[in-house]
Amino acid sequence: MDLPLFLQQLLNGISLGSLYALIAIGYTMVYGIIRLINFAHGDILMVSTYFAYFGISVYALPWWLSVIIAILLTALLGILIDLGAYRPVRHAPRISALITAIGVSFLLENLGLVVFGGRPKAFYRPDFLDKTYELGGVHVFSLSIWVPLVTAFLLALVFLLLYRTRVGAAMRAVAKDMEMVQLMGIDVNRVISLAFAVGSALAAAGGIMWAMKYPQINPLMGIIPGLKAFVAAVIGGIGNIHGAVLGGLLLGITEILLVAFLPSLAGYRDAFAFVLLILILLFRPTGLAGKDTIG
Amino acid sequence: MSRKLIFSVLVFVIPCLPFFLPSLSLAGEPIRIGVYLPMTGPVAAFGQMEWAGIQAAHQMRPTVLGRQVELVLVDEKSDRIEAANAVSRLLKKEKVQAIIGSATSSNTMAGAALSEKAKIPMVSPTATLPLVTQNKKYVFRVCFIDSFQGEAAARFAYQSLRARRVVVIVDRAQDYCVGLASYFKRAFTHLGGKVVSMVYCQTGDQDFSAQLTSILASQPDLLYLPNYYAEDALIARQARELNLNVPILSADGAQAPELIKIGGKAVEGLYLLAHFAPEGAATPLAKEFMKFFKKTRREETSGFHALGADAYFVLLDAIKRAGRTDGDAIRTALASTSEFGGVSGTIKIGPDGNAVKSAVILQVRGGQFKYLTIVRPW
Repeated sequence: MDLPLFLQQLLNGISLGSLYALIAIGYTMVYGIIRLINFAHGDILMVSTYFAYFGISVYALPWWLSVIIAILLTALLGILIDLGAYRPVRHAPRISALITAIGVSFLLENLGLVVFGGRPKAFYRPDFLDKTYELGGVHVFSLSIWVPLVTAFLLALVFLLLYRTRVGAAMRAVAKDMEMVQLMGIDVNRVISLAFAVGSALAAAGGIMWAMKYPQINPLMGIIPGLKAFVAAVIGGIGNIHGAVLGGLLLGITEILLVAFLPSLAGYRDAFAFVLLILILLFRPTGLAGKDTIG
Repeated sequence: MSRKLIFSVLVFVIPCLPFFLPSLSLAGEPIRIGVYLPMTGPVAAFGQMEWAGIQAAHQMRPTVLGRQVELVLVDEKSDRIEAANAVSRLLKKEKVQAIIGSATSSNTMAGAALSEKAKIPMVSPTATLPLVTQNKKYVFRVCFIDSFQGEAAARFAYQSLRARRVVVIVDRAQDYCVGLASYFKRAFTHLGGKVVSMVYCQTGDQDFSAQLTSILASQPDLLYLPNYYAEDALIARQARELNLNVPILSADGAQAPELIKIGGKAVEGLYLLAHFAPEGAATPLAKEFMKFFKKTRREETSGFHALGADAYFVLLDAIKRAGRTDGDAIRTALASTSEFGGVSGTIKIGPDGNAVKSAVILQVRGGQFKYLTIVRPW
């Protein structure tokens, strides 16, 4: 493999990895704050792409407006899911909440099948994201540049929110000790609702970028990105936001390089991601970036 | 006293009535045909189109042997385990007399094993892998098979497109794709061309950038994609994003509106082998069906509509010739189907259960599948 080809593959990897990272940020943030692995994250992502699809293709709104509306609606959906599904089991053992999350995931998938139908829909891609440039033998697709930029921007926003605002302080406090925060007179439920809103909005941003990159959406599309983002979050150390980005990039790049160097294993790339998950859980359960969680 | 007696007789008799009813109305009892198709999941487009074709065919010809035909649909969710479950439900719970399904080869094989055991005949509209009917007495199909399709594609690539160096991208999770790729490779190599590399992916994959980048270096003059529409549309798009602008040849699994909707500009000019083109339809039944379909569904007949309808028509014809509805009688009649003027052409089913038919070559132009030429079986 010559250098331009290797650089091309590396770029492919960064582009895929930053998508995983973007989705993993929301995953890990919700875990960091309320210690819940939100298995419905991928399905919330799926619903958000349908919101955007309806805005663009059915109601013929400008794409940027549809994206904003889709993100807001998804944030609302996150709040509603928390209200309806997670709040009733907040003080139950953690396993109950985990199972509830799996239930929400199935509910969204099957609701999607009934409401949206099982056939894939084509997703819109704005023209400026649909260009290919050539730089020294490497083909740079404009969307592949935008995805890491959006990921970095949203990462910065999440940090601003957590470390520079009062709500962020409240979230970090909830992450440390929920009972104590309640005793201090802070409305824990509201803080958690907000965390879900932000987490779901991040899922929406990730989902819409995903749908622009792979422009076909269907009700089961969230499963694999959700699982991959979960793997990415665990690799980086779940609950650790830096770690999620690191894990996402690492997963994306190794997946691409695996296919590039061992093409005969290309059919097993998903299996590879899950083997990686098992290895991390066996040998470094707190992840590569360690236990530097929110709080 | 007598009133009491009548009352007690009624109390005893009424609950028993349902048990006698079936034997009383046997002559008018509907014939139940089970249908299992992927109505959801990655290949839902096939299932939904075939189901639309079957339903329209059923509306056109709702009776046989003076009895109503009743269709029972079960979704197999594009999953082979669900396909086996669906067939077992049709056999055990719904007690159907014959089965239509499924759309893809892997899932048809999963279901066929069960209907073979139960001696209930099954007709697949579009399972093209040769293995599907091999060593099966009760399994039939109304489509051509992949050994024919692969060779036809190789000839078209070599002779008409003048391709010499071909890269094949294969969905390893589908028996259909793996089989078709190897038939193509054998025939293309035999003609004197070279398959420079065979690259793999998996159903549901969204990112093909790694595979496509490695193809860039081998400089092919044609991409052969024997996969389903969802993967082919994304592969075509990502190939163009990497400036890999060689012609693409695909197969019957790509013929769904989604290929064009998702593929957009990237699939313009794409060639594919298919089962049916309205321009090539000649039989009276085809003309009647296309008119009926347009009237009731407000849609043009596509290949999967036509084959769904043909599975139904061929089965109905067999039941008519058998004169009975037991599995063995229908099976014998199916196996002797010859010169049946179906929607997708004239169908002859051999004792091996396979239909001998011609294929058409289409090209995507202006966002539509356009008919190029017909390939007759040799």
